Amino acid sequence: MAFLDFKNVRIAGFSAGVPKRVVSNEGDVVRSSNYDAAQFVELTGVRERRYSETLTTSDLCYYAAERLVSDLHWDKQEIDALIFVSQSADYVLPATSCILQDRLGLSKECYCDDSALGCSGWVYGLSHVASLVSAGTIRKALLCCGDAKLRFALDSNYKADPLFGHAGTVTAMEYSEDAERIMCHYGTDGSGFDAVIIPDGGARCPASSESWKIENIDGVPLQRLQTRMNGMDVFSFGISTAPKSVKKLAEHFNFDYLDYDYFLFHQANMKMNAVIEKKLKLDHEKVPYSMPRFGNTSSASIPLTIVTELKGKVENAPTKFIACGFGVGLSWGTVAFKTDKLVVSELVEVSDDEVDKIHVV
Amino acid sequence: MKMDIQNFIGKFAEQFETTNASEIKATTEFKKLGEWSSLIALSVIAMIDEEYDVTLKGNDIRNANTIEDLFNVVKSKK
Repeated sequence: MAFLDFKNVRIAGFSAGVPKRVVSNEGDVVRSSNYDAAQFVELTGVRERRYSETLTTSDLCYYAAERLVSDLHWDKQEIDALIFVSQSADYVLPATSCILQDRLGLSKECYCDDSALGCSGWVYGLSHVASLVSAGTIRKALLCCGDAKLRFALDSNYKADPLFGHAGTVTAMEYSEDAERIMCHYGTDGSGFDAVIIPDGGARCPASSESWKIENIDGVPLQRLQTRMNGMDVFSFGISTAPKSVKKLAEHFNFDYLDYDYFLFHQANMKMNAVIEKKLKLDHEKVPYSMPRFGNTSSASIPLTIVTELKGKVENAPTKFIACGFGVGLSWGTVAFKTDKLVVSELVEVSDDEVDKIHVV
Repeated sequence: MKMDIQNFIGKFAEQFETTNASEIKATTEFKKLGEWSSLIALSVIAMIDEEYDVTLKGNDIRNANTIEDLFNVVKSKK
């Protein structure tokens, strides 16, 4: 049973970086010939999203981290760990967390690691960091989560998926003996490995000239280096697994989830999230959404929603959150945590030319 | 929810905007309807989940031709 219970770990703050460029989901943005932009927006709820052809996830996380560390008045030399969660790392190797350690000017006595999860990435990343911090020797840590620019240069006809927006977020955590416990539940079903997949570019199917050929996948022309999604399977997975995970967590730790102040779900698509919200009988006011303006932002979706939808509402009083991430893997998790004197930075908007110019070969 | 095919057809038809409800019958091959799309498929999965407490998979939709086929899948999973 993948339940975890962390003590002595405080969630101190959240920040998020997004490209300045806003792309509106109108006109010919939709790639399928079976529906148009208006129908797409009605079902997914994604009216616009942030997009950059130059900024990587680590660029967005870098500016978000600088902002949050400054807002928290943290000494960078006390940051002993950085975990980077993304499916769009800067390089195949080395790990992007190593690059961020150097770019942010963190101590060389720093624990750094990457994780390749997507929509469940933030809830998993939270437990990575919490397990490091709860041991008591790592004083402060940064969890960087998000997805942005793809790892492959696609041809000039390439159309980005109108569902996905770019974002890089940072969650700051520290050792504190006064901290409330963090309760977690996790699950995995790898039999659904191909429900969301980029078929080529890994060791199983290395990138080759074939990878650029266009295949017709359920009416959508896609190359083998682009993400393909079995929408129906992902949808039924989301509406059944997410509510169950929240209920299992509440049952295991013996609390009433309805007592919580805010419910943060991975921003999958509006239709799916509406079903999840309804199944759990949640008060709509307690379920914020960043999806209409930022799209599905993968592992950034939960912290981005805190930054864009809850800034000004959660800093001044103790607040109880339940967060649930679910998707590619298939992988899912739910965490319950409380914050006190939380710092939420202003959304950081990054220009297309603010790319890392040092860590380039 | 009582498993009644007329009721199921009515709920199914509600997921469409431009298709005339009279075009939607038990024998209708729903994937051949002009308005059918992967987005409507999600609405149908959501409707069945809410009304019948059955969560269909993608293959349940792919393998069904008529609305009656789909109704029978839902019934078998109740």
